[in-house]
Parts: sequence; C-alpha cells; structure tokens
Amino acid sequence: MLKLRKWKSILLLLSLTLILTACNGGEEEGEGQASTGNGSTISISGSTSVGPLAEKLAAKYMENADVNIEINQIGSSAGITNAISGVSEIGMSSRNLESGEEEEVTPTIIAFDGIVVVTHANNKVKDLTMDEVKKIFTGEITNWKDVGGKDMEIVVVSREDGSGSRDAFQEIVDYSSGELVRSSIIASGNGNIKTTVATNEHAIGFISFEYIDDTISTININGVEPTAKNVIEEKYPLSRPFLFVHKDLSEESQAFIDFILSEAGQEIAAEAGAIPIIEE
Amino acid sequence: MPNPSEVKQTNKSNRLKYIMEFISEKLFLICALISVLSLFLIIGFVFFKGSNPFIADGYSFIDFIFGSDWIPSEDKYGIFPMIVASIYATIGALVIGVPIGLLTAIFLSEIAPKPIAKIISPAVQLLAGIPSVLYGVFGLAIIVPFLQNNLGLVKGQSLIAVILVLAIMMLPTIVTVAETAIRAVPKTYREGSLALGASPIGTIFKVVVPAAKSGIMAAIVLGLGRAIGETMAVILVAGNSLIIPTSLTDSVRPLTTNIALEMGYAYGTHQEMLFATGIVLFSFILILNFVLAKISSKGGK
Repeated sequence: MLKLRKWKSILLLLSLTLILTACNGGEEEGEGQASTGNGSTISISGSTSVGPLAEKLAAKYMENADVNIEINQIGSSAGITNAISGVSEIGMSSRNLESGEEEEVTPTIIAFDGIVVVTHANNKVKDLTMDEVKKIFTGEITNWKDVGGKDMEIVVVSREDGSGSRDAFQEIVDYSSGELVRSSIIASGNGNIKTTVATNEHAIGFISFEYIDDTISTININGVEPTAKNVIEEKYPLSRPFLFVHKDLSEESQAFIDFILSEAGQEIAAEAGAIPIIEE
Repeated sequence: MPNPSEVKQTNKSNRLKYIMEFISEKLFLICALISVLSLFLIIGFVFFKGSNPFIADGYSFIDFIFGSDWIPSEDKYGIFPMIVASIYATIGALVIGVPIGLLTAIFLSEIAPKPIAKIISPAVQLLAGIPSVLYGVFGLAIIVPFLQNNLGLVKGQSLIAVILVLAIMMLPTIVTVAETAIRAVPKTYREGSLALGASPIGTIFKVVVPAAKSGIMAAIVLGLGRAIGETMAVILVAGNSLIIPTSLTDSVRPLTTNIALEMGYAYGTHQEMLFATGIVLFSFILILNFVLAKISSKGGK
C-alpha cells in the first residue's frame, strides 16, 4: 500500500514537472519570438586580443538593439575556423588571413591594435631600437647591461606558437619562430605575459595596448612612445589590424558591424584601448 | 485475512514493481554504456586526428618522438624535449612525494593518536578536492617568486617548481590508497611481530609495510598517473620553454601543457600534431594502468 502511494506520488510529481516544463518552454518560445521578431543571436568567437574590445562593443550595442551577442575568446585561428565552418557567424582575428582562409571568409578591419614591449616596473631601460628588440628575442643580446640596463640576465617571455600577437610581433620585428631564443618562457594569453613580466625583474615580453597598466614598464621603440596617436600617424611600428571575419552576414550582424564602424562604435574602441580606424 | 480488494491491489502493485524493475535495469545499463561509449569516442577521435599526419601527410613518427625542434610555424614537430620534461617532472615528484606520502600513511594508520588522525585525515582528503588550477595559482604566486628571490634564479618557472607542485598534488592519492592498504594488514601480523620482541617501528617497516606492498605500489602508480596527466597547475609554473632540461632550474614544457597551450591557436597539421602528442600521453597512461592492473592482480593472490 505504502509503496503504491509512493509510486503514485512520484508519477504525480513527474507529470507535474512535465506540464510545468512544457508551459515554461511555451513561454520561452513566445518570449523569444517577441524579442527577436527581427533575429536572435549573433555568435562571435576568436582572438583573445580582440575579445575584450568586442565584449565592450557588444554590451553597448545590446543596450539599444534587440539582439543577443555571444562572444567566445578561443584564439584567432579557432575563430577563423569557426567562421569558415559556420559554427560562429563572425570570427575575431588579430592576425591577417592566411592564403587558405582568404578564399573562405571576408575580413573587416574594426580597429587597430598596438603591441608594446614591456619589462618589470623597476627596469631602468625605457628605450630600445627595433634591432635591439630583435637581438633580445633571438638570443643575441642576453644581458640587460648591453642595452643600458643593470648587469643581469634577460629572460624572454613570448606567446605560444600560432598566437596572433606573436605572429604579428615576429612579422614586424622580423624574426621567425625558429629563431626565438629557446629558453624563453612561453605564456598563454596577454594577461599571463603581463603577470610573468610584472613578477620577474629579468623579464621582457610583449602585450596588446589594452593590457598596459602600472604593474609593468613600457618600452619606446626607436624613441617613439607606444601611443594610439603614434600608431595612427604610422610612427610607432608595432601595430596590427583587428579583424572581424565572416561569410554572408545576416541583417543583425551587418547592423552590429555598421555600429562598430560608426563614430559611436569607434569611440568605444578608443575607450577600450584599441586604436580607432577613423582619425579624430 | 486479506480481503479481495486488497489482493487485487497487491497484484497491481506487483506488476508495477516489475515494470519499474525492468526500466531501472535498462537505465543502469544505459548509464554504464555511456562511460564505455565516451571512452571509445575519445580514444577513436584522438587516434584518428593524431595519426592523420603520419598516415596521410607522410610525417615520420620517429622524427616526431625523437625530434628536438617544435616549431609548428616552420613545420617542425618534435616532442622529445616534452617527453623528457614529463618524465623528469614525474620522477622528481615521486622522489619528493612518495616518502612524504608513505610516512604520512604509516603515521595515520599505525602511530597517530585518534584525535590527531581525525584532524590530519580530512585535511589530506581536502587537499585532493582542491581544483588543480588553484595549485597552479598557488605555485605561481608563492613557489615561483620564492625560487626567484631566495635561490637567486633568473626565472622561477622551472622544473623544480613543477616538481614541487606535482609532489603536493600527488600526496592525497598516495596517502589515501597507501593508508587503506596498510590498515588492511591483519592485526595478527603486528601482534606476532611485537610478541617476538620487535620494536613498534621495526614491526612497521619489517612486517606491516612489506605485507601491504602491493597496495603501496598501487598508491605510487596512481600518484604517478596523477602527476603525468596534470595540466592546469603545471602550465602556470613550468615556463613552457622548448628545451631539453639539463638542470632543475631550466624551464620545461611537459606533454600536457604543450597540448593545452597551443590548442587554441592551432589548425591543420599543427592541431593534428597536438592530438598526436595526446596519443603519446595516452600511451604513458595506458602503460601505467597496465602496470597497476598487474600489481593489483599480484596483490590478490
């Protein structure tokens, strides 16, 4: 008797849950239709360098528009792959497209980024030439005293092979992955490099402009300060484009990109530490 | 005396019981199949992806294993430095972790007064529950700067930092498994030894530990498995340099961190080579499991 009652109550509970979830599902659907009407979700994935900027742009855009924007920071190559395969509508990339990718997707430059060479906050070296940077990262110069600093060993910190920042940096400074000094510390992500450099007096690394703060000291290249103004005026050499890559765009995505390229969008980009494509 | 209506109801509830029994059984079966299925899916996927460059693109597997250059952007894939790093890090962790873990297990099961064991035992188990990334953060925030400031290293991200973190991480595994094994040794062994005039410590090392040998070996192998497969904690303290380590202060890149570090940006052959790295790692784990099975079957006899 007791068991029967138990089973009955379980059945009742089950059916109740079912009914409730069914109702819920219905509601959600209704809501979805009401809110979307003109579309639903824009999925974006890719570079961890472009990611923070895209997040800020999306947050601002969603205040006024009736769309939901999902952003996954998974790295440039993965983002481009997703855009090609259709997993994400838009891929974010902080490197130029490779030959195989160019035929598959269209790139749109949404802003520029500067890469800055950073050292420990106590490091007295504030100025390096491009050649010195190259010699440090390829292991020709191994002591800070050779570039005007204290007599101590240089510890090179680099991003991992395949990272957009690393590709861009190596391309501009002009050395290959094979030439990178072997004993260099490899850190994944801008934040990781910053932490490593900030906690090691010997270290030198490179990060995106957006990540600059007081914990590290920035280096002038050929005497030019790493500022947005110098990037736009093409004085500062370590810069690269931020790309959105995509196939055919839905109306909502096109509107989002239009917003980014508008004056308001570029203002947000500037606030986020990126370098806007329109000169003010 | 049961009245007819009650009998009827019992029958009905019986039928319901059988149906529920049947459904439950199938439910258990499905659950069991899910784990087996996942295993085959994962193995199949990793091997399919990882063997592709060697079968389809003509890369040499020997060069892959013994090559010392890992430069994906120049099409060079050699994981020898990582294999060496993984082995060194694991052995180093064993050298530190096994004595500490074993002595802790002996202390907990044989020597410690109950109130003290009651504090230490849960503490060790809690250590096992800490997410591995927190070990990494701890290593990065405490061990790495400590090595830099006190040992005068130019960089704290090094083999020794990896070894220290892994040694701490494998402690709970070794302690819990070894403790169980030692507790399982029959009391008569100890009593016999003590009755013959052996000291308590002599009894522990000459009688109890040898009797629990297979269980202790299992504990060590399990700890080894934990050390070799650990990724998140290691990636933060290893430095991930691509050199064959020649000293404890070199920064290293074990197999696991190579995969985790580069997967996000990899595509094409590079990505497949990371899967191939996974195959090598998987082989290590497989060998360990095989050894473990051998040990436990020996212990059963």
